[in-house]
Amino acid sequence: MRALPGGARVYVGIIVVSAVTIVLVGPYSGIDLKTLVLVAVLFVVAESISTIVVSNGKMGMSPSSAVSLAAIVLVGPVGAAVVGFASCLTIRKQILVKRAFNGAQFALAAYAAGHVYLLCGGTVGEPVREDFPMILLPYVAAVITHTVVNSALVGVLMWTLGAVRARRKSPIHWRPLVAVELSSIGYQMLGLAIAAVWGGVGIIAPLLVLLPLFIARWTFAQQADEARAHEATLATLCQAVETKDYYTRGHCMRVAEGAAMIARELGMPAERVQKIRYAGMLHDIGKLGVPTKVLQKTGKLTDDEYAAIKLHPTRGYEIVREISFLDEALAGIRHHHERLDGRGYPMGLVGMEIPESARVISVADVFDCLTSTRSYRKAWSVEDAITELRACVGTQFDGRMVEALVRAVEREGWKTPDIAEPPGGCYEAAEKAVGRTGEPAAEGSAPAPAEAVPGGRDR
Amino acid sequence: MMTQSQSDEASSPRPPLTGLEGGALGLQRPRGPIWRTTRPIRAVLVAAAGAGTLAAVVWTAAHGAVEPYVALTFCLVIAVGELARITLPGHREVAPIASAGAISYAFLVSLGDVPVEHSASQVVAVVGLGLALGELPHVAVGRSPRLEDLARRVLAVILIAVAFRPLVTQLSLTEPSVRVTLLMASLVLLTWLVDAVMAGVLRAERLRTNLLVAVRDEVRAQFATGAAIGASGVLIALACTVTGLVGLLVFSAPLLVSQVAFRRHAEVRRTYLETVRALSRVTEVGGYVENGHSRRVSHLAHGIACELGFSEAQLLELEYAALMHDIGQLSLREPIAGGATVLASPREQRRIAELGSAIIRETGVLDSVAEVVRRQCEPLAGDGDEGVPPLGSRIIKVANAFDDLVGENGDDERRAAVLERLRMDTESEYDPRVVDALATVLVRA
Repeated sequence: MRALPGGARVYVGIIVVSAVTIVLVGPYSGIDLKTLVLVAVLFVVAESISTIVVSNGKMGMSPSSAVSLAAIVLVGPVGAAVVGFASCLTIRKQILVKRAFNGAQFALAAYAAGHVYLLCGGTVGEPVREDFPMILLPYVAAVITHTVVNSALVGVLMWTLGAVRARRKSPIHWRPLVAVELSSIGYQMLGLAIAAVWGGVGIIAPLLVLLPLFIARWTFAQQADEARAHEATLATLCQAVETKDYYTRGHCMRVAEGAAMIARELGMPAERVQKIRYAGMLHDIGKLGVPTKVLQKTGKLTDDEYAAIKLHPTRGYEIVREISFLDEALAGIRHHHERLDGRGYPMGLVGMEIPESARVISVADVFDCLTSTRSYRKAWSVEDAITELRACVGTQFDGRMVEALVRAVEREGWKTPDIAEPPGGCYEAAEKAVGRTGEPAAEGSAPAPAEAVPGGRDR
Repeated sequence: MMTQSQSDEASSPRPPLTGLEGGALGLQRPRGPIWRTTRPIRAVLVAAAGAGTLAAVVWTAAHGAVEPYVALTFCLVIAVGELARITLPGHREVAPIASAGAISYAFLVSLGDVPVEHSASQVVAVVGLGLALGELPHVAVGRSPRLEDLARRVLAVILIAVAFRPLVTQLSLTEPSVRVTLLMASLVLLTWLVDAVMAGVLRAERLRTNLLVAVRDEVRAQFATGAAIGASGVLIALACTVTGLVGLLVFSAPLLVSQVAFRRHAEVRRTYLETVRALSRVTEVGGYVENGHSRRVSHLAHGIACELGFSEAQLLELEYAALMHDIGQLSLREPIAGGATVLASPREQRRIAELGSAIIRETGVLDSVAEVVRRQCEPLAGDGDEGVPPLGSRIIKVANAFDDLVGENGDDERRAAVLERLRMDTESEYDPRVVDALATVLVRA
């Protein structure tokens, strides 16, 4: 916000000037001054406290908007605009431009909502018994207007700042958005409660109303903290497991990212993306049961050793199956080595029998294997890896997942591991011993069929 | 209600629940005749709630209900709220909407212009029926409620109704006013306190822990939900005086959002615990430790810690530490023989503890857990100049040694022998208080 682009400056200017005009012009007739001041104070308090509580960027609910809506009912559109403008006075660290814009935006939203409220037949003043339930209709209309105007004003600001355009063009996910909006509308119904009991008990009413609100926000914030803690713990434990093999460092995190990129690209809901991400993180946890020397063996595997490796998806599944929230993503861990042609393991599922999450993780897994260094070969470039993945569509991978990964990687890029060489530089020697299996299979120096395809050998 | 409380008594020696909080150490609880329960206070509370509700229903049926439609509406809202009950961290079952609805029905003084004068027994009857109605679908699919929590919900309403309803007619309260609001608020506060104490008593009885600690835990755990429920209950009652029954429906909506928040929070908590529990098994799968070792140590540590009066937060921390106490072995090249760290050399033990602690510290959020793990193998007096290790570390040391020495399926004789061995080392190695607590826990199991 230091150096505002010209467009944003003009926009903020327009908004602030129009809000000030509304507040100055009035008319102020018929507004109870005491009520106005009390509501404004309440609004400022609500707005100030909310910043302390919310550390969760995702939930954009504000208890102050409930107060703003109560103001519409109690003191009408102009009074509500004044109340909204009072948010300039919030006690928090904020630069002046942001303060002014916030106040102006609240004022305009409240003013517009107030007029819609009047148009739909709402009356200004403490609602009396005869007003119910008819007051619900104009009130809900006001709530919706308030939400829409608010989002529009902020949206345009973001647009002038260039923040929106920079975002990817992937489809907007409506479901979480709708959920947030619905719950915020649920909150704003409290405004009517404040207005309804204002006459009887005055300032105690908002206290009653705001208490559960702050508690809900506090709970949301706690939940966000704990979700972060969970994520950090999960990642750390996965990485701890990886320390057994120098070459697979960071593999689980990259597969998690890759799987999430594919899932997002396929337009899965955010919750499912998260599950697949976790499953991607945990997909190799069963390797712990595989002896270290087998994992790090540089030569060809014997049948017994290969059988030991084949066990790891099932082992992994057994470890994590009690994590109930993963539900269908568990199948992704169990079947991430299945192939579309049925020659995978552990169950040899064919085609679409393989769970979707497993098909996602399998592509991400192999892609990361190819683009990182292994004990028996050097890392491939992203382009080579994509060519190889595409060559295996139909036999090993689902084309949808591969293409989704390609699109996502093109847009967001791919972070390849920065491990060039392990201590001792043993991979060169290893490469000679193995007979350069590291070359792209397309070049023809293909080993046995089971290993021709990256996923067959890369564990 | 009555059938439920009867069936409760029939099944009082319940099979152990899966979670630690559900009585981890009641693995082989003696089955006895139905009147001999291991948790008499719980049985008394449940029976009291059941009897109270039944009496209220009978009384109301005999004397007829006033304003039957209002009663029906509240009954339905309470049923829906009970249907949407949630389980908070620590197996606490709450139904915010049902409770708020029940409280507001108890506080209802008028609807629009019409004064409402239902009796306390009608309130209890309506709430009891509503709760039972809401529980029906749950019971039908086999998710029976936690009876003590259900009983507490009923008892709280009984308390409020009995205290407030007579005042309505005596003081002829019909208008919302500051006085009425304050009266309601203080009643809610009082009830909430009584309820927290009740919950604390139940918790102390269940976990065999210190009563004061348990009450404090409950007060802390129920603070958020209690405040949200109480405030909403009073608000709905006040709003209904202006808005009529519409108020009940409209003003239950915001509480729904709080409920979503509570539910999400509980889910994240549960997932966290499940993740740590599941991942603590990697050391077993990797062949580093014996099957089920981490969990057994965690169960034992939990029992010991309850005995020593750990608070809920400390218990959780200890559970994480106990589950992950061997995670440092992952960094070992090859598993140590048999996985029993108690038999390894002190230097090696310390190295494992330090490696594990480093892994846990890496998370950035579990520093105190890492500290407990780091100092888990230190002798009683501590190492160097750091002083005595935290109590959590001392507990894990004892639990770990006990489990390593007894093994997966040791019999009573072996347990006694191992306990004796630990006792002999209480001079320098093991904390005598912890070993005593372990003995108590073992006797009970």
